[in-house]
Amino acid sequence: MSATTAYIGKSVKRVEDKRFTTGKGKYTDDIILPGMVHGAFVRSPYANSKIKKIDISKAKAMPGVVAIFTGADVAAINGVPCGWQVNFKNGDTMKEPKHPLLVADRTKHVGDPVAFVIANTREQAKDAIEAVVVEYEKLKCVTNPAEAVKPGAPLVHDDVPNNICFDWELGNPKSEVDEAMSKAAHVTTLDFVNQRLVPNAMEPRSYIGSYDETSDKYTLYTSTQNPHLIRLLMCAFVLGIPEHKVRVVGPDVGGGFGSKIFHYTEEALVTWCSKQIGKPIKWTSERSESFLLDAHGRDHVTKAEMGFDKDGKILALRVKTFANLGAYLSTFSTCVPTYLHGTLMQGLYTTPKINVDVTGVFTHTNVVDAYRGAGRPEATYLLERLLDLGALEMGVDPADLRFKNFIPPFDGVKQPGYQTQVALQYDSGNYEGILKKGLEMVGYKDFRKQQKEAAGNGKLLGIGFSTYIEACGIAPSAVVGSLGARAGLYEVGQVRVQPTGKVSVFTGSHSHGQGHETTFAQVVADKLGIPMEDVDIIHGDSDTVAFGMGTYGSRSLAVGGSAIMKSIDKIVAKGKLIAAHKLEVSGEDIEFVDGKFTVKGTSKSLTFGEIALTAYVPHVYPADLEPGLDFSSFYDPKNFTYPFGCHIAIVEIDKETGKVSLKRFVAVDDVGTVINPMIVEGQIHGGVAQGVGQALHEGVEYDEEGQISNGSYMDYCMPRADDFPMFETGSQVTPCPHNPLGVKGAGEAGCIGSTPAVVNAVVDALWSVGKKVKDLRMPMTPERVWNAMN
Amino acid sequence: MNIKIKVNGVEQSHDVEPRLLLSHYLRDTLRLTGTHIGCDTSGCGACTIHVDGKAVKSCTMLAVQASGCDIVTIEGLSSNGTLHPLQEGFNQEHGLQCGFCTPGMIMTAADLLKNNPKPSEGEIRHSLEGNICRCTGYHNIVKSIQYAAKKM
Repeated sequence: MSATTAYIGKSVKRVEDKRFTTGKGKYTDDIILPGMVHGAFVRSPYANSKIKKIDISKAKAMPGVVAIFTGADVAAINGVPCGWQVNFKNGDTMKEPKHPLLVADRTKHVGDPVAFVIANTREQAKDAIEAVVVEYEKLKCVTNPAEAVKPGAPLVHDDVPNNICFDWELGNPKSEVDEAMSKAAHVTTLDFVNQRLVPNAMEPRSYIGSYDETSDKYTLYTSTQNPHLIRLLMCAFVLGIPEHKVRVVGPDVGGGFGSKIFHYTEEALVTWCSKQIGKPIKWTSERSESFLLDAHGRDHVTKAEMGFDKDGKILALRVKTFANLGAYLSTFSTCVPTYLHGTLMQGLYTTPKINVDVTGVFTHTNVVDAYRGAGRPEATYLLERLLDLGALEMGVDPADLRFKNFIPPFDGVKQPGYQTQVALQYDSGNYEGILKKGLEMVGYKDFRKQQKEAAGNGKLLGIGFSTYIEACGIAPSAVVGSLGARAGLYEVGQVRVQPTGKVSVFTGSHSHGQGHETTFAQVVADKLGIPMEDVDIIHGDSDTVAFGMGTYGSRSLAVGGSAIMKSIDKIVAKGKLIAAHKLEVSGEDIEFVDGKFTVKGTSKSLTFGEIALTAYVPHVYPADLEPGLDFSSFYDPKNFTYPFGCHIAIVEIDKETGKVSLKRFVAVDDVGTVINPMIVEGQIHGGVAQGVGQALHEGVEYDEEGQISNGSYMDYCMPRADDFPMFETGSQVTPCPHNPLGVKGAGEAGCIGSTPAVVNAVVDALWSVGKKVKDLRMPMTPERVWNAMN
Repeated sequence: MNIKIKVNGVEQSHDVEPRLLLSHYLRDTLRLTGTHIGCDTSGCGACTIHVDGKAVKSCTMLAVQASGCDIVTIEGLSSNGTLHPLQEGFNQEHGLQCGFCTPGMIMTAADLLKNNPKPSEGEIRHSLEGNICRCTGYHNIVKSIQYAAKKM
């Protein structure tokens, strides 16, 4: 292996940037296929309603209309599936109602698709949907998960009693937790809502389905985070078409944040319809449709209690959550509030008794699924709010309270991993280290003085802490399978050395902003001792890349990078055999350093390029060795990875208006080994902005009719450039002990740590002037903060 | 209706529907797909271009309203193969991730720097109020514009 690292650990500028800064990116909506027509949807204006009658006759006669499909036309087609089975406490399987491609008789949320109109132009399709006449009978609806489980609440699915999809618990038996809690000197209790968010990837979802009669083959271009997974779900579970007859391409994708993981009904519909009409069909979501239909995130109603002894040691944690799943089950909706939420309740602390109880609930709302962090932000919010609030209530310092309860440092090699009360075993951690560093960076010693001085000048300052842990690269497949996952969670990496020594890498990971084309090339170039320019990273096409599970859960480098590393090991091992034959020594005598195969202790060597050429022109070659230098590997991780960090927010509240200004934000993140610090920092910045967005700006508001009352950029408050200061980032490196690169993942960290830090800072500011507020409903708008002060 | 319009230095003439948005004309008729459409309420700024030298959200104009105008899109910003300092700055300071908002950000920033060659951090942030980025938290976009301001 290469001894020097020319690229790993360096802030190499991104190789993919040029196409994006010059307008040459190729997103799905940029693609026009010959003969392509356009689709538009008739969508239900009501949440819960019976469809009495649909009349498409007038619309069919409109100019340019090619075809119109309704629920009756697709009734025989399966719905889109859920990828994770969660069982009831009594062992019964969860309720899993059909999620049809088009609704035939009953709508279940505003925006449910009733008809799909296809016309020659986008404008003609939109004109024609206006001419489809649908007669609805509006029924009562329910949107709040805690209300939906009450007797007499309107039912989303007639065969799902009390709208309960599953009830589930994890951790120690309730009786043990109750007993520990009863011994607490102080119990901090929090009733709160972790509000519903819209992911808001800037590229609206876009799909093109295309069927070729001569080869009986379909192509789907889709703005997805995981082309192969979409192909698998669509072929095997929805349309029942053979997988080898479907190519799924995820070209440039404009952000995902989870919302483009899932298999959406529109993907299957454009694919199926393209065969029915014999033309390629494009459908691109409008932003107003994105607000209605891109899978939302969060939406938990929770009661949480944390018991402390007289010295501030945590004795017990008890959590009851009602998780809103929406009207149907999206692909990973069921694992988010359970295995990605309940399992994180240990946090960074030695809490000896934990019980988490989660009820998954159907409501007359859009589906809820993984959104950046997925379950882990909700768990972190709960824990870190309880810690800071507990400190305020007990009159102790929030940093001291954390130091008292941290799990001691362990590297996962000399010291074993840490077994939590909630199923996980942490890989490695140094939790004191990141808080110490955070306190230094923020200048905590001086802050309380500044806070008092500011108060004297009529200003209201507050500081909030959050020390989080997350679980990334979820695996191994056997374990997640036993927990209900209906897919493996490995990754595929193929390294093809071309005869000239140039390298093409095919990865099942998918970049939609993460910069894989740069980071993965840094790794490959260093490990093979060749220039980065000699490495090309290829992803996003099921016909080109052997297989893949895609990008989500901060898994690309930890899982996808490890698969590439396995293939590199195979390349080097084969290269040694070729070199040994040419240099007339045995394989063990060859070492691979700095891109050269060298006979140990001598200057006799062959370059990587010479070995590559020999592999493809095998004239002087081992008799029993195949020609070529091209390996593909599957990597199934041994464990999750566990990045962690410390986020500290300082806010100022305008006493007159209640407006909260974020004055400083310090983030110290330990994501294991870092390949490209620039890209990692960028991920942290973006995640922090989204987390701050949840705390201060964002939130879906459903009215009692089930309408989203803020479904546009005029109404939904997206964080903008002048909402933020420059972020202050720091890092610590505790390598992951169980993958070859030591990496843990950085995609979601910022979004997980930041939200509670900001809310804690606002609560701290209020307490500093005697307003002993326990909770503020997010987003903490000026009105809500002003009301808390007055 | 017939429109005559200069786009990135090239005279264009097309018959278009009166309701056709300028953003759709650029993308669908001229195939200049660097101008992105991210919303339907003129809220995101991804479609920002220059019309007669001023930054304009191209979804707020009809193609017919742009007849007779001189338009520059992201594809026309670099000259003779040399990247505009903003295009260079966004690469140097990691001002983009998924790239979808990037053309609009760059076109908005180009307008800012033309009128205010040495903007403060606050002025840069204020000027980006009409452009949404979901990836970067704006931190590195601000730095990218500062980079370009220094360079220009």
